[in-house]
This record gives sequence, C-alpha cells and structure tokens, in this order.
Amino acid sequence: MASARDLRRRIKSIKSTQQITKAMKMVAAANLRKSQERVLAARPFAGKIKEVLARLTSANSGVSHPLLDVREPNNVCYVLITGDRGLCGGYNANIIRRNAMLLYDKPGSMVAIGRKGRDFFRRRGYDIKSEFVGLGDEMPFGIAKEIGQTLVNYYVKGVFDEVYLVYTEFKSAMTQIPTTMKLLPVEPPTQNEGEKGTRTIDYIYEPDPEELLAELLPKYIETTVYRALLESKASEYGARMTAMSSATENASEMIDKLTLSLNRARQAAITKEISEIVGGANALD
Amino acid sequence: MADRNVVVDIVTPERIVYSEPADFVVIPGIEGYLGILPMHAPIVSGLNIGVLKVIKEGKETKVAISGGFMEVNDNRAVILADTAERADEIDIHRAKEARERAEQRLANKSYDIDIARAEMALRRAVARLKASGKE
Repeated sequence: MASARDLRRRIKSIKSTQQITKAMKMVAAANLRKSQERVLAARPFAGKIKEVLARLTSANSGVSHPLLDVREPNNVCYVLITGDRGLCGGYNANIIRRNAMLLYDKPGSMVAIGRKGRDFFRRRGYDIKSEFVGLGDEMPFGIAKEIGQTLVNYYVKGVFDEVYLVYTEFKSAMTQIPTTMKLLPVEPPTQNEGEKGTRTIDYIYEPDPEELLAELLPKYIETTVYRALLESKASEYGARMTAMSSATENASEMIDKLTLSLNRARQAAITKEISEIVGGANALD
Repeated sequence: MADRNVVVDIVTPERIVYSEPADFVVIPGIEGYLGILPMHAPIVSGLNIGVLKVIKEGKETKVAISGGFMEVNDNRAVILADTAERADEIDIHRAKEARERAEQRLANKSYDIDIARAEMALRRAVARLKASGKE
C-alpha cells in the first residue's frame, strides 16, 4: 500500500495537470466559438462565388481555361490540412490516416498544411512539394490566397494533374468528419435546379466571359481552400475542447479515488497508532 | 410597379460588409466606374481598386474596394470584393503610411521587381484615403 506521502504527491501532480487541461479546454472553447463565427462569416462569399461561376460556365459552355482542363491523372496531389499542435484527441490522427489511405490507393505527391501532417509524411519519405506550417489561430484570407496560388501554379505548369483537398469538416464540437474533396481540375458547380429554373439570363460581361473566368477560377480555388482551412481549424478546436474536457474529468475521478485511498491510509495509520498505544499501556499494567 | 430599390450586398471572404437596399450604387468596374440604378440589366463585371458609393435616401456611404467581382441581376447587386472597408472602418494612419511607403518604393527604383506590387499598394492606399474622406 502506498504511503500517505506518496499519495499526497500524486494528488498534487494530478491536480496541476488538471489545471492545465482545464485551461486548455477553456481556451479551446473560446477559440472554437471564434472560428465557428468565421466559418459562418465566410459562407456567403463562398456561396455567391459558386453561384456566379455556375452561371458563367452554364451560360457560356464554350469557354475554356487551363484550370478546367481535365488531364490523365498521372500526378495526383493531396493537400492535407492538419493542426500544428497535438493534444486534440484523434483530430490529427484521423485526417492523417485518411490521407495515408488515399496515398495507398493512388500514390502521388503532397502539399502539407500544418506541422503534424508534414512531420508524419516527411518522416516516412513522402514527396512533399510545398508546406505551410505555423499558420496560427487567426487564419487570415491571405494565407488561403498564397496556398491557392501555389496550387494553381503547379497545376498550370503540369506538376499536378489532379488536386484533392483532405481536410476535416466541422459538424459540431463532438463530431468532425475527415473529408476528401476534388479541387482541381475545377468541376463547374451546376446551378441549383428549381431555384432559378432553366431560364438562362442574358448577362452583359465586362470584360468578356473568358477573361472573367480567368479571374474567377483562381478566386474560387482560394475561397475553397479558405473554407477548408476554417473548417479544419474549427474542428481542431472542437476536438481539443472535447479531449481536454474528458481529460479534466478523468483527472477529477483520479483525484477522488486517490483522496479516498489517502483517507483510508490515514485512518489505518491512526488506528494502528491507537492500538499500539493501547497495547503499550496494557503491557504496563 | 417593380421594386424601386436595388439591394446591395458587399461581401468579402471574411465577412459581410454591407447588405441593404439602396437607391443607387457607383461601382469601380474593371473598365471604368459603373452606376447601377434599379432595373439595371443583368451584368457581371470585374472590379478595380477604387471607391464604391452607395446612395440611400440622399445619404452616401463610401466603401474602399480592392478588386473582385460583381453581379447585378433582378435588382440585386452582389459585390464580391477581395477586401472592402467602410469609411468609418478605415485606418487612416495605416493607409497614409502605406501610401508613403509605396511612393518611396516607386521613387527610388531599387525594388525593381516589385514595381507592380508597389503600384497596387499605392492605389489601394489612395482608394482607402479617398473613401475615408479625410484626404
């Protein structure tokens, strides 16, 4: 049986761990709320750009652009979005596993966003064409722009024939779903049926549709990357919050158990002492 | 009678900047400024760096814009801007600094690779200052 001193020391150490997990949980909760707001704020723009793109491509079926070209997928690229830090439950592991499965099915190169994914695949000798780490909590649009431009450049140069985004979709603080999405070549979104119907509107284009498309497509890529970044970030915080919340609970449970044993040990010591005193007194008689 | 307003939505990737019905909008289009009144024909246009003006009940709201797209259809003007700031949100101090920096870079041509970038930065700074109405 552990001595009272050992028990006290363990309780103290668990308590300080609990304080850390509790603080991390609270920080994650605050950040989660912020990044959820960001996801919501980014939605209108993403929706609108999709709408405009759908209209532009459906009304001008003749238009062509390098980013729309479908090529034989000889060089596939996976853009993996992970977190920079651990202690967030299965968040990084789940998305890395998904990416490893994709690479197993159809080998290709990678673009790593986030330290965890980069380290994992670099250690195993995968071909990482580009990496973006230490992006922080803010996730300004500028980063998505940079990533988008990098991908577009590679695609136009023919380094990649197909690009997939591998990220985590945020459903709630409890559920995050690893998701794979085809980013390039761009598959023009189809117009929502029923909403605008089959009525095609005769737009005035300024400049002409081809040039507009050349502007719009990279922006569409950037917006899609941005959305994936925000979703992943929210997922990371959600996962971290859940993980840290259960860690805090586990710590409480352990403290309770240890306190119980500590009290038992103390009681036993007191009982032993009393019986010793009584025994000693009896021996004198 | 059809609606006498045109609904103006200004959105950036990060947020919605403006969303209200208005009487008249002036938009910095890629081929010159465009005035959009209610019942305008459907149009899709690229945007330039410049100042967008929304006029509503005689009151004018200015928004500094740096590139993007816009679509007008069915009395709705959707402006997809790369960045957009309302006059009261503009950091004048920062914009002035940016303008000076850009002007310096353009003046001494040592940064020869970044001339295009410096020019863009200058135009953005000027648009911000114009929109803020302080200059």
